[in-house]
Amino acid sequence: MTITDDRADASAPELEIGKARARKEDQRLITGRTRWTDNIQLPGMLHLAMVRSPFAHARITSINTDEARQSPGVVGVVTGEDIKDGQGLVMTAWPLNNEQKSPDHLPVVIDHVACAGEIVAVVAARTAAEARDAAELVDVDYEELPAVLDLKEAVKDEVLAHPDLGTNTSAVWTLDSAAQGSGTDVEDEIAKAREDGIVLEREFRQQRLIPSFMEPRSTVCDPTGEQMTVWSSTQVPHILRFFVAATTGIPESKVRVIAPDVGGGFGGKLQTTPEEFATIAVARRLGKPCKYTETRSESLLSGHHGRDQWQKLTLSARKDGTVTGLKVELLADLGAYVGVVGGGTPVLGAWMFNSIYKFAAYHFTVRTLLTNKTWVDAYRGAGRPEATFAIERMMDELAAELGRDPLEVREQNWITHDEFPFTSVAGMTYDSGNYEAATAKATELFGYDELRDEQRRRRESNDPVQLGIGISTFTEMCGLAPSRILGALNYGAGGWESATIRMLATGKVEVITGTSPHGQGHITSWSQIVADRLGVPFEDVEVLHGDTQIASKGMDTYGSRSLVVGAEAVVRAADKVIEKAKPIAAHLLEASVDDIEFTAGRFGVKGTDKGLGMAEVALAAWTGHNLPDGIEPNIDGEATFDPDNFSFPHGTHLCAMEVDTETGATTMRKYVCVDDIGTIINPLIVEGQVHGGLVQGIAQALWEGAEYDDQGTLVTGSFVDYTLPTSADTISFVTDHTTSPSTYTTLGTKGVGEAGAIASTPAVVNAIVDAVRPLGVDDVVMPCTPERVWRAIQAGRAVSTEGERDAQPHFDEDTPNQDPGASSPGSAGSAGSSGTTSDGSQS
Amino acid sequence: MIPAQFDYVAPSSVEEAVAALAEHGDEAKVLAGGQSLLPILRMRLNAPSVVIDLGRIAELQGVSEEGDHLVIGAMTTYAALLDSEAVNTHAAVLNKAIHTVADPQIRHRGTIGGALVHADPAGDVGAPALALGAELVIAGPGGSTRTVAAEDFFEDLFTTAVGEGELLTQIRIPKHTGWGAHYEKFVRVSHQWSIVGVAATVRSEGGSIAEARVGLTNMGSTPLRAKAVEVALVGKPATDEAVREAVASVADGTNPPSDLNGDSDYRKHLATVLTRRAVLAAAGA
Repeated sequence: MTITDDRADASAPELEIGKARARKEDQRLITGRTRWTDNIQLPGMLHLAMVRSPFAHARITSINTDEARQSPGVVGVVTGEDIKDGQGLVMTAWPLNNEQKSPDHLPVVIDHVACAGEIVAVVAARTAAEARDAAELVDVDYEELPAVLDLKEAVKDEVLAHPDLGTNTSAVWTLDSAAQGSGTDVEDEIAKAREDGIVLEREFRQQRLIPSFMEPRSTVCDPTGEQMTVWSSTQVPHILRFFVAATTGIPESKVRVIAPDVGGGFGGKLQTTPEEFATIAVARRLGKPCKYTETRSESLLSGHHGRDQWQKLTLSARKDGTVTGLKVELLADLGAYVGVVGGGTPVLGAWMFNSIYKFAAYHFTVRTLLTNKTWVDAYRGAGRPEATFAIERMMDELAAELGRDPLEVREQNWITHDEFPFTSVAGMTYDSGNYEAATAKATELFGYDELRDEQRRRRESNDPVQLGIGISTFTEMCGLAPSRILGALNYGAGGWESATIRMLATGKVEVITGTSPHGQGHITSWSQIVADRLGVPFEDVEVLHGDTQIASKGMDTYGSRSLVVGAEAVVRAADKVIEKAKPIAAHLLEASVDDIEFTAGRFGVKGTDKGLGMAEVALAAWTGHNLPDGIEPNIDGEATFDPDNFSFPHGTHLCAMEVDTETGATTMRKYVCVDDIGTIINPLIVEGQVHGGLVQGIAQALWEGAEYDDQGTLVTGSFVDYTLPTSADTISFVTDHTTSPSTYTTLGTKGVGEAGAIASTPAVVNAIVDAVRPLGVDDVVMPCTPERVWRAIQAGRAVSTEGERDAQPHFDEDTPNQDPGASSPGSAGSAGSSGTTSDGSQS
Repeated sequence: MIPAQFDYVAPSSVEEAVAALAEHGDEAKVLAGGQSLLPILRMRLNAPSVVIDLGRIAELQGVSEEGDHLVIGAMTTYAALLDSEAVNTHAAVLNKAIHTVADPQIRHRGTIGGALVHADPAGDVGAPALALGAELVIAGPGGSTRTVAAEDFFEDLFTTAVGEGELLTQIRIPKHTGWGAHYEKFVRVSHQWSIVGVAATVRSEGGSIAEARVGLTNMGSTPLRAKAVEVALVGKPATDEAVREAVASVADGTNPPSDLNGDSDYRKHLATVLTRRAVLAAAGA
């Protein structure tokens, strides 16, 4: 042991936080020298194929498995009846209230099918090909039942998705600013505005989306004696372990879940799935390791879907443009079952419709409804994109009604930077932010004034290609979540996160995190954070995750929570390492603990040049040869962090779209975003998150949409029809940042996983509507296909040439705000309650 | 990919391939580039008992010139055609159309012959083949061959003049040297099948259109040739106004499909806009 003093003059090492490090994990991911669930081969392993219902709603009258059983290589064919005891149950973690109706969700159904794609039987065979061949030989007789597919039909309760429930409504949930004391009464504000102000009523459709992660889902289950080891392509190994134990009767201590490298999720893998439960049940029954890997077609049909809402909004404002009240009424499609957070997903948007604006009154209601379609749950942003879309569309509509620039109307109504911390009308306390700064930077990067000039010129020259500018000044709530708030919301678990730091004898560091990365680069970011905190080299940090036997405690990865909550736990674990190391360092340095200072990886003695490196203290702790009395030979640190609040990233996104009025084709001209996500750990990873998020949000605006036919068959069942974009369909984005650190965490991070997807959708649609508003268009249903844009223009022109715009409210139940092309010309018209014959903003 | 089981045959000559077809009859499917067949097998939409792979038949590959004609082997890939200076010079509209087919991976696997015989009306090579007046050489049993004009080749959705036991071997294209060309493809995402496509190739003389050929993609159950428009364009100046008028009736008599990308009447509207643009671009206007 040497007491070093040669570093006294060394300059402080360069900080890792803020460095655009290439990702540690990429070498093995890119070269394929890694382990995905489907790569796993175990001795004697069987392969499973699922027999799925082609019908959306049916009763099973018989299942004949005789022929399948005799097919080559088949070891077993298992029906729901065979495993009715102990197959477990796909659970919801978030019943909105005690009255919520949640139909039992059996992994393998027994007699009732509630959506196409439900598993009816499982074939186990020696090879995947033999399983697949035999699955075609299982003969199932169905008695088809009438299916309810449309949200607005479902609410009538004429056809029931689950006849034994007696209704399609699962739950109704309300947030009322007057009742909870965070604002005034919304009906009062609307009534006042009807007398002397502006009332805007609009209805928007949030189409159904399919998460479309890159790696299809896969599960391997190895029953070894009483122990059950499950590998799964999941975001939530800890939640899976809990639900398997809670619903199958296997003790939690006997279940080990491993999420190896996982290829994307976007929320689509935060479910505990029928396929996972079925694989475990069959493996237990046959006593053999089993693997199931879905095909892409199965993934699109049977992985949970996202979004799918009808949104009715009523916004009241004074004549000067000051907003006063916002009333939100949602119908949310759950599909056939209530997913793990399926019922709660629209509720996650409840605090976000009011967004960054200072409404006096706010009222939110959601009715969640069961239909005979694939179940719906969290998808990138989960509730917050829906809210952001609606409010940002409304702010543009308000500006059009006022004939003013939409940026100016937003500025008039947003929270100013000197008003933080600010408690919103929904009751959330936004800790920090600066909307003025982000917007100023964005407008400059965008060339806002120049593009407005060009827009004016194109309008004046009646250019067949019109230009529109779309704005989205969004905020979101990240860092899920304070456990006490989750408890108050009837959520079934906490929102904390756990971390352990193990100091190895050689000075290397193992970080164990309860988060479960599936593409986010946690290994790299966590290494940067720990390198700075403990003053060790970036390369010396190893990050372990995703195995419940290694990372025994965790709440996993979703909702932009990992860096905000999970990395804070890592920081606190690191601080415990330092605190435990200090007395050992003091002892070795023959100094008082009070005189020990820890900076840049070195325990120094105040006022001297004596000191010890972290590695030296780690070695001393490991040997235990020379420790102070009463000190254990261990400087590992463990911490569990439960946040006090959410974090509130925000940003200003500006989009310019060209609209070819002859064809309805839309082309993105420019996209600028300035996001305030608090402290940035790794700018390269952040850039990747923002770009990916933007494309997913833009894709909702322009390209993606899950469509069913009248029988409940998914029409967009392959990537031929579910039109995902590629890099060939996007432009180069301009991204930048302002930084208002979160005040609730040491690092000041706010979360970036969902920002791009939340903010971009309304920016794009606002731009399209802005381009063609002078042609009489005030909405285009998503995805804004060329046909829809073209028909909206035709409808708008038809009304314009009739010389009047019908000012009927959008809420005429006979003519809901449909696809403009499909509706009467009147319903596509402007619906300002001021009753003007507005033909839109001419700014 | 786990298709239903099939036997695999890989003949090394056209003669052997035709013999294999004769032996297996309608139990067999012919594999060219596989860009449509393999997804069909993977999803088990079809389960042939034999797949006859043409990939090892050298005589079906490549582009050559025979006097006034280009001769293209049926198994020539899109990528090889894009690399061919002869195609670019003498059949420019084919080059332009192939540039728009799907993505680079598919263009390196997919073949012109496979696409023509698959006869998906949304495919991008049928319309240029029609516009260029291509002739399709079909081999049959006993070394027989016959030649069918492109206009007679496409019979219906996924149905061509290639009969049972026959094989498309060559595409013969009259040289259109010096003709301007454009393929106007309308899609929502770049790798998509055409919602509507228009292949136009134009011979100009002194600022006017001397001759024009126009083929339409996905405007009916087969690719279509817009003959009335071709006639109306002759002698017209290459101006927006003149071309607009000449192509106004291009959608008359067509019967395009309705699907998530657009209704039939929207496609008809698109065809008029896209034809105007394609002709003007082909004429260099």
